[in-house]
Amino acid sequence: MSDTTIDPGAPWTTLAPTEQTGEGAQEMKRRSELGPRELLREVGSVLRMSEAEVAKLGELPPAPDEDQTMIINMGPQHPSTHGVLRLMLELQGETVLRCKPIIGYLHTGMEKTGEQLTYMQGGTNVTRMDYLSPFFNELAFSMATERLLGIDGDIPERAVWMRMLLSELNRMSSHLLFLATNGMDIGAVSMMIYGWREREEVLRFFQKVTGLRMNHNFIRPGGVAADLPPGWRDDVLRLLDMIPPRLDEYDVLMTGQPIWRERLQGVGVITPDEALALGATGPVLRSTGVAWDLRRDLPYLHYDEVDFDVIVGSYGDAFDRYAIRLNEVRESMKIVRQILDRMPQGDYRVQNKKVTPPPRARIDESMEALIHHFKIFTEGFKVPAGEVYVGIESPRGELGCYIASDGSATPYRMHMRAPSFAHVQCLPHMMRGGLVADAVAVISSVDPVLGDVDR
Amino acid sequence: MSVEPDKVVEPVETTAVPLLHGAPLTDSFGQAVLHVTREQYTDVMCRLADDGYTVAIDLTAVDYLEFAGRVLPDGVEPERFEVVVNLLDLVNRKRLRVRVQVPEAEPAIPSLFDLHPGTEAFEREVFDMFGIDFTGHPDMTRILMPEDWDGHPLRKDYAIGEIPVQFKHVGAR
Repeated sequence: MSDTTIDPGAPWTTLAPTEQTGEGAQEMKRRSELGPRELLREVGSVLRMSEAEVAKLGELPPAPDEDQTMIINMGPQHPSTHGVLRLMLELQGETVLRCKPIIGYLHTGMEKTGEQLTYMQGGTNVTRMDYLSPFFNELAFSMATERLLGIDGDIPERAVWMRMLLSELNRMSSHLLFLATNGMDIGAVSMMIYGWREREEVLRFFQKVTGLRMNHNFIRPGGVAADLPPGWRDDVLRLLDMIPPRLDEYDVLMTGQPIWRERLQGVGVITPDEALALGATGPVLRSTGVAWDLRRDLPYLHYDEVDFDVIVGSYGDAFDRYAIRLNEVRESMKIVRQILDRMPQGDYRVQNKKVTPPPRARIDESMEALIHHFKIFTEGFKVPAGEVYVGIESPRGELGCYIASDGSATPYRMHMRAPSFAHVQCLPHMMRGGLVADAVAVISSVDPVLGDVDR
Repeated sequence: MSVEPDKVVEPVETTAVPLLHGAPLTDSFGQAVLHVTREQYTDVMCRLADDGYTVAIDLTAVDYLEFAGRVLPDGVEPERFEVVVNLLDLVNRKRLRVRVQVPEAEPAIPSLFDLHPGTEAFEREVFDMFGIDFTGHPDMTRILMPEDWDGHPLRKDYAIGEIPVQFKHVGAR
């Protein structure tokens, strides 16, 4: 028992949420304690308002009573917050006046950890950041490392196409999970089962290729870890045959349903200007009508050689974000079919003795190969000094990897530009003026992955 | 095809460094990097936004405490901290990286909040992790670490730390 005594007769409302927990200034302040700058941050920044206009916006809507707002705390254990996102909401009745996301509950210092691990080991670390799209983390990290090594042009064709294959399948699995959780958050609970079921089929393929369902550490600097297993083509074709009719089922279940549309249309609207100013990328930005997709606009790998459409919305609401992701699954399948046609034979990693360990068979017959293997895995390989930023299109938006190297075998600084991190700061703008029930739909439509937010 | 990681990159001679808005523009592995001073920072960022670099896609920092010998163009004094901003031009489809030296004695730099509101969370993260103060930022508080945390974890003089694991109930077996 603690020694603090609690007066059982005291009304619970006397304690503000800021007093009930010990985190102080990160949290939302009561309206009476607010300065105009705080309001500016929350409402006016994106709209380029003057402070006077902001103060006016911050005024309460007309209502009979004075002081009729309430600050409530949503999360971090709330089931619809996709992990440990915590929101402080100021409500007037059912209307959200202000929202402040509080993050950091999943912060594990992965960027600091990344400074201790060699470039060889780094993949195991970064793959755990955005755990729903692990291949993209590995790809960004590997591409940045390869750029520093100067071997980004030497990656064998088969490795490049394999990277694209895994990326697009990963985009499908990530979006399928979004459809599942989005359905669950909004009330289409059966959708949750369907989405997870289809995602599991994709993960089964990943397991066959990499040995793991998630956190693969398969895309590594220099190529990929192993060749595709025998029969992979049949597995992919089976996926491509299985998923389209099920997507059509989703259309019947959700897209055309008046209840679904009522629930999402016009909810969580963000304008193109706001989205760009807030650094939103991916489906959140495309839902506003800005056709920006790094695969098409700043192509990497061989995305300039495949044919696909960039899906854009027009209203910037939760329904557009849902529809974009649903159709991006179809576009990804289109890309996967082209990859199947074009997958070349050849090596799956660059034959460069600095970065590539010798093949297993060589270790049995050559002492030098054994030493070489040992040195690569214990000391790693040295990477020239310099700094580089590589951005790729992950299912959530621009995933960037910034590496500063000091010429040693570990990154001097490794930073991941996480799309979810930028998207969480869009939430206050999407929620403002909406209903508290729509807050759940808005969080879901942004599809944040808290491992990506907090890293 | 062979890589020579031990090769030291020679700094580019002064006369060859082109200027953009009065700041040296260098090339880092094929990517454009602009080195601006703290005094130029706000002004140059505004001009770059007018040039089309409308999106600040990323903002981070590096603590160069243990790597003083990095290559910088002439005229740029290396300092302990470096704030790195990645800009994106959506129309011409190009990127530009801005590096600003921030001294250890006065780790502060103007906030980009008024120009690019999207850097709000990123600046808070840099403040949290490096202790660099962004003047003019509306809410300069910790974002990832707990409020009462001591120190700034991504600084190089911040120990990685170990938590002594005490195995409980060992004797009870």
